[in-house]
Amino acid sequence: MSKNLVIDISRCTGCGYCELICSFTHHREFNRLKSRIQVSVFLEKQLAVPVVCHQCEDPWCMKACPAGALSVESGESGEVRMIVVDKDKCVGCKMCTLACPFGCIAIGDQGYAEKCNLCHGDPQCVKFCRAGALRFEDPQTSLAFKKKSVAERLAASYQEV
Amino acid sequence: MWYGWTGNVLRVDLEKPQVTVESLNPRVAEKYLGGRGLGIKYLYDEVDPTLDALDPRSKLLFATGPLTGTGAPGGSRYMVLSKSPLTGAIAHSSAGGALAMSLKQAGYDLVIFEGKSRRPVYLYIDDDEVMLRDADHLWGRDSIETEEAVIAETHPDAKVACIGPAGENKVLFACIMSDMGRAAGRSGVGAVMGSKNLKALAVHGTKGVKVADNAAFMKAMQAAYQKVLSDGTEHFHQIGTPAVLELTKSLGVLPTRNFKYGTNPEWEKLSGDRLATTLSTRKKMGLACPACPVGCGRVTKITNPKYASSGVGPEYETIGIIGSSCYTNDLEVVSKAGFICNEMGMDTICAGAAIACAMEMYEDGHLPMRDVGMPLNFGNAEAVLQLIEDMALRRGFGNLLADGSFRLASRYGHPEYFMGAKKLDFASYDPRGLQGMGLGYATNSRGGCHIRGEVHDLSLYAVDHWRVSIDRGIKGATDPLRWDDKPELAVAVQDWFSVLDSCGMCNFMFFLAMNEDDCRALVEAGTGMDMGGHKGLMLMGERIFNLERLFNFKAGLTGRDDTLPRRMLEEPMPEGPAKGMVVHLKEMLPEYYRLRGWSADGVPSKAKLEQLGLS
Repeated sequence: MSKNLVIDISRCTGCGYCELICSFTHHREFNRLKSRIQVSVFLEKQLAVPVVCHQCEDPWCMKACPAGALSVESGESGEVRMIVVDKDKCVGCKMCTLACPFGCIAIGDQGYAEKCNLCHGDPQCVKFCRAGALRFEDPQTSLAFKKKSVAERLAASYQEV
Repeated sequence: MWYGWTGNVLRVDLEKPQVTVESLNPRVAEKYLGGRGLGIKYLYDEVDPTLDALDPRSKLLFATGPLTGTGAPGGSRYMVLSKSPLTGAIAHSSAGGALAMSLKQAGYDLVIFEGKSRRPVYLYIDDDEVMLRDADHLWGRDSIETEEAVIAETHPDAKVACIGPAGENKVLFACIMSDMGRAAGRSGVGAVMGSKNLKALAVHGTKGVKVADNAAFMKAMQAAYQKVLSDGTEHFHQIGTPAVLELTKSLGVLPTRNFKYGTNPEWEKLSGDRLATTLSTRKKMGLACPACPVGCGRVTKITNPKYASSGVGPEYETIGIIGSSCYTNDLEVVSKAGFICNEMGMDTICAGAAIACAMEMYEDGHLPMRDVGMPLNFGNAEAVLQLIEDMALRRGFGNLLADGSFRLASRYGHPEYFMGAKKLDFASYDPRGLQGMGLGYATNSRGGCHIRGEVHDLSLYAVDHWRVSIDRGIKGATDPLRWDDKPELAVAVQDWFSVLDSCGMCNFMFFLAMNEDDCRALVEAGTGMDMGGHKGLMLMGERIFNLERLFNFKAGLTGRDDTLPRRMLEEPMPEGPAKGMVVHLKEMLPEYYRLRGWSADGVPSKAKLEQLGLS
């Protein structure tokens, strides 16, 4: 499977560095409102949760787009796969924003749809996540780790009867 | 076009009431940067330092820096400035959290509050729309409730700074709180806010912060970020400031029983590791301020029904003073006390120090039980928790504690029990075993404070990555007990920190990893200004530090206030690694004055002021 942004909620400190870097990379200003990744901090739950495009296998946004402005792109090495916007084709109709169940595509201030394009295969946000809440890897790898950690917890609680 | 800075100063006259936006003078910005520097410049020009700090004509400033709201690591600080009601000297208190970034995104570098509102109000800044709103219904509510209520009334993304009951009751060391537990903590800026009937400041900003040179800034930011990922910060990332306790313990400077001792045999009960493995809810990592790769903030939960509660903290300072100096030696008590201080909006250092001071006077027979209303021996946890609440609400004996330990000790005729400088209580470091801290406590503009010129970092954290050390060929830790090298180092570190506190970044980035050159690269790429090399940076710092000195002198302070309690100067440390030491202030101070270009009485010379453009 190709590499993708993998989120580990348990490690996020809510610093929002990813948002600042994202907006600076794509808009040349530090403004979390223009970031394609958004972090919500829940102080009362002592949790912070980043939300970013999952690069769906069968993308809702792409299916909804009447202008054919969304397409799947593979990085040069073929290791990544991202849904990208052709801003010349996009008419700003917002169908994609209605279709996306995660709120991860929006119409920017220039009138066309904007979403995470994994910085064309070199996501900058990951480089500024010291806690390791954001990783750029094959999602199968993190899934394997998750399964193992669940297994470890089960093993720890296991008692012979 | 402004880069880094927004170029706007928001002036709020609470009396009229009236809100105006002024332009920042670019020449002033380049001379004083922001935060602490820009703040003291405005304060010095606009406020009569002889006025009482709580007089309606006094002003209260919220100042961001040019790097606040950028991707500079830890670029999320704001500084609150006023005259201090506790010390009568300059007050500059810094806080993290998300408020400062929002201020920049709303488009303001500086917010100046003047006058006094007739009714309780709060200010809501929604980008260009600025309004004063009624706060009658919030008066009396704690800082957490207030923050929640103000967010509910304004915008879900609004960031809030507010006072709790302590600020309303003008407790002389009341804080301004933000983000459920971040504090502009020291010198009583919360009391000044309370005296103006200003309950809160809420900010919702949607504009971005732009920098002058995108490529250079990206480069400087990446370099800075990489430095902050060092091993030293991993420890802070995992444990937070409570990690410091093991270091102060190892130097024998952990304040114990109101600074009588520097060693606490029960220190392990208070250690950072103990906190991380017991009360911390996020075991190996806390929550971070915006743009911070360290994330020192702890979140804790006490399940013991006796103290059941949860919140942010405790920081090392709270643990050192309430845990060790008050000798409660119990992290549950310390955490609970810290939560109460946060809710009430009160400096944990001064609150704990006032109780430790009272405890020692009580045990020595200078403070009768009938005045306190309960036994007040060291270690009395119930008394600590009761008195903290009482001082915030100015109830009974708490009313005396609310004026701070200097006034308490003086009232009972024993000012020598006050452990601080310029009426500001010491932080959790006994200066006898950290000579640099001794000189810093005595000479820092705001009094007995540990973070406005951290010369002790060179010893305690073995900081040798600053130009201060590199340029002098210093490698590794400087000897904490040596005093002859400290005057020169103190001058340099104080000047350097004056710039650091003005740029809008958190000083933790610097004691952990970054240095003067990293700071300058970010400021120059961010703003487009030329700081004039390292020399220019240091000169700016010296200018800021001297202007604070001028403010203090106009306020009535003199060189005689650059002193320490008798215990620090005459009572040798009784035991531990610093055994036998006193602070050699007598030896250090004249040399320090000479290097500063000040007279033997500590007055800045005409030539020095001319050199700094302050005459």
